[in-house]
Amino acid sequence: MSAHDLTGPNLRLDRLPRRRRVNRLMEVLAWLSASVAIAILGILVFSVARRGWSELNLGLLTKAPIPFSLTNAPQGLANAFAGSLVIVGIAALMALPIGILVAVYLNEFAPPSIRNGIGLVIDILAGVPAIVIGIFVFVLLVVGSGQNALKGSVALGILMLPFVARATIEVLTLVPNSLREASLGLGIPQWRTTLSIVLPRAIGGIVTGTVLAVARVAGETAPLLFTSSLVGPQINWNPLQPLQTIPVAIFELSESPDPKDHARAWAAGFVLLLFILFASLTSRWLATRNARRIAGR
Amino acid sequence: MSSTTIEPTVRVETHREPMPPRERLETVFHVEGLDALYGGKPALKNVTMDVYKNLVTAIIGPSGCGKSTFIRCFNRMNDLVPSFSQQGSIRYHGQDICGSAIDPVAVRRNIGMVFQRPNPFPKSIYDNVAWGCRVLGMKDNLDDRVERALTQAALWDEVKDRLKASGLSLSGGQQQRLCIARAIAVEPDVVLMDEPASALDPIATQAIEQLMHTLKSEYTFVIVTHNMQQAARVADMTAFFSISRGEEGHRYGELIEYDATEKIFTAPSDKKTEDYVTGRFG
Amino acid sequence: MSSADATADAARRPFTGRRVRFGDLVLQLVAGAAALGATVLVGLIAWELVHGARPALSKYGLGFVTRIAWNPVLGHELYGAGSFIFGTAITSAFALLLAAPLALGAALFLTELSPQVIKAPVTALVETLAAVPSVLIGLWGIYVLGPILRDHVEPALHSTLGFIPIFGEPGAGSSIFTAIVVLAIMILPIVASISRELFLGVPHELKEGALALGTTRWEMVRGVVFPYARGGIAAALILGLGRAMGEAIAVTQVIGGGVFIHWSIFDGGDTLASKIAASYQGATSQLFSSSLIYLGLILLVMSLLANIAAQWIVRRVARKHGVTRGGHA
Repeated sequence: MSAHDLTGPNLRLDRLPRRRRVNRLMEVLAWLSASVAIAILGILVFSVARRGWSELNLGLLTKAPIPFSLTNAPQGLANAFAGSLVIVGIAALMALPIGILVAVYLNEFAPPSIRNGIGLVIDILAGVPAIVIGIFVFVLLVVGSGQNALKGSVALGILMLPFVARATIEVLTLVPNSLREASLGLGIPQWRTTLSIVLPRAIGGIVTGTVLAVARVAGETAPLLFTSSLVGPQINWNPLQPLQTIPVAIFELSESPDPKDHARAWAAGFVLLLFILFASLTSRWLATRNARRIAGR
Repeated sequence: MSSTTIEPTVRVETHREPMPPRERLETVFHVEGLDALYGGKPALKNVTMDVYKNLVTAIIGPSGCGKSTFIRCFNRMNDLVPSFSQQGSIRYHGQDICGSAIDPVAVRRNIGMVFQRPNPFPKSIYDNVAWGCRVLGMKDNLDDRVERALTQAALWDEVKDRLKASGLSLSGGQQQRLCIARAIAVEPDVVLMDEPASALDPIATQAIEQLMHTLKSEYTFVIVTHNMQQAARVADMTAFFSISRGEEGHRYGELIEYDATEKIFTAPSDKKTEDYVTGRFG
Repeated sequence: MSSADATADAARRPFTGRRVRFGDLVLQLVAGAAALGATVLVGLIAWELVHGARPALSKYGLGFVTRIAWNPVLGHELYGAGSFIFGTAITSAFALLLAAPLALGAALFLTELSPQVIKAPVTALVETLAAVPSVLIGLWGIYVLGPILRDHVEPALHSTLGFIPIFGEPGAGSSIFTAIVVLAIMILPIVASISRELFLGVPHELKEGALALGTTRWEMVRGVVFPYARGGIAAALILGLGRAMGEAIAVTQVIGGGVFIHWSIFDGGDTLASKIAASYQGATSQLFSSSLIYLGLILLVMSLLANIAAQWIVRRVARKHGVTRGGHA
């Protein structure tokens, strides 16, 4: 017969107290963990915003730094903003076509074994520390010939490459096969199909992936230390010379003993953070919108 | 009004002994005016019925009539669906299982469930059965408990030499019996079965039906099935649900008739029941 | 079929046959070259680092790995990676120890416990933490976190647990301890987001099966979710470890510097990555530069090992779950 008495087992809440207490404890701990993570983000953003906002002024973007400055003359980080634009821009120009080509090869041409193999290597490349990539470009290009912005761009481009390639592959996978088959069925060769039909369809996702990659490397310091850091204070747009960048500038200012330098570091950091947050959130929002459009309709 | 005796179109072997008279049946569940809603839209309306102890009660009806929803109300599994809400009551041995002072964990401890598709844990066969016992504090004589549960589930002879093998290495029918063993190892009062044999071949199905027959002296079974013949074979009581249409046009399930299986299949009172069991629709 | 139909038919037929179009060949070659280049890149990185470290490699050999020294003074030059390898190991391991429970807890919260409406925003917030550049976290670490740790946390730890040698006298704010906390903050989002996806991937039927037995949510997580996701969690942890080992900027900003190994984590020190970053100015000699590159080589090897291990686990787990889901009939 049943293991319970005829009045039925007791289902009230106050039974099994120990198991319920353990469960409650774990729920609280999980909630706390999530709160800690968000709190850290909040504190970080708040700190940067608070300190950076008060120091923020247009001169930051327009004035050049004055080296060894003991005066209160207004100075800025115009050279770093200019340099960042150049270096990140060129890095994107390098990484974008190569990343797209890699993705095209893997998704449209490569047999599965090669696709998995090269995919694995790209994932491994993504895990190489940024400082090691900086040293690599240093040994390969800088030793003997000196630093310049282009070499910095190469380092950043290597960092961007796996991001662009992965994002593009994901988007190419979303493009429906029926599209390719329809085009090939009309007699259009594969290269034309890929370039004129598949890629344009995927362009939204490619842009999103690039923006994310740019957001990622815009704040990178390590690869630039050995490739484009020995710079002067003047505003320079020449990629054949080493250019100052925002992250490197913040890095150097943060280690300076002068509190005025710290103020400029916070201000520049604030601008950098705003840019990166804006780029990340925008591309994330775009990505969800695009995914539906690319696959559907 | 003419009364019709329907030739049973369902000629099957029945394992049933005659049921005890209605007065001697003990009520396990008393369902009163149960409404089940998803996101405000009704899936079930106004269900009132009793489930009796140590019987096999079958829930039958066409697809979409809310059978699964209904059976999941008994062990509060619908709590896992965020948009679900319920009105009316289900009383288990007199207590409203949705009462505010009631812990769903305790409800599920006493009212076990076997699902439509076998879902054994990625653990060994032994641990599949033993895990529940360990967690629920039944740690004594674990080996005996496991052997007893597997024996009752008619699986012991097939697995006794490979208890350490993964539960996933069994065939579908064996996996489902493993899930039954897992459920009864924690000594529930009631075992709910949501179409337990629908993913299985006929031989595996027969094993499970035989199981219910053997074990109902110890447990109370409620089984949802879309297979009328199965209900006719194993169930003592049968509840027939059908789909009705509301004023705004949306569909919901309703209990049409609930009676001894014999009656439902040979002399149903409601025309809808008659149409369904004779295969005229559904 | 008339001849007109036949030619129309040929035009409509999909491109088959062994005749290779020139355009296809070009695209395939160019794209293939890019892919090959990307593949070769990893090997090239290792090769160039070995090449650049050659002077130090030939002078010190493998003894470099264990020697605790870093003296760039000309005439007395002596270099070794020992203390930095130790620093990398200590900071990464402790950072992982600190971050892992928080990351797993947050991932659990997001998948099992949180109300539907806050799931998406909270997930986005946790992942945004990963987007903050390391130089900013380092800046914040120097002027906000460091002083807090130095003035409040370190004294508290020292007074309660000071009998354990690692909790020594509170330091100057920049210390191994600060670096550990900073690293934990940086790897938290990665481990959390990978874990979250793993927990989401646990089949719903398994969780229902456990809950239907009358277990609590936590018991279900411990008995079904964690074992199922075990491999993936290991990979996530190793990836986090690799990330922590490779972080140079934020660490060098807050770690305080130091060549010798101290017992107390409240003292300063260096990791492989932070030492390299700290030395970017003023290459004094070829031995110095090549020793620095040697450090980079060791770091590359360590992070490659972690990465390859993580990727291997990921692929093995994917295969295992792909096969056993759905099983036999």
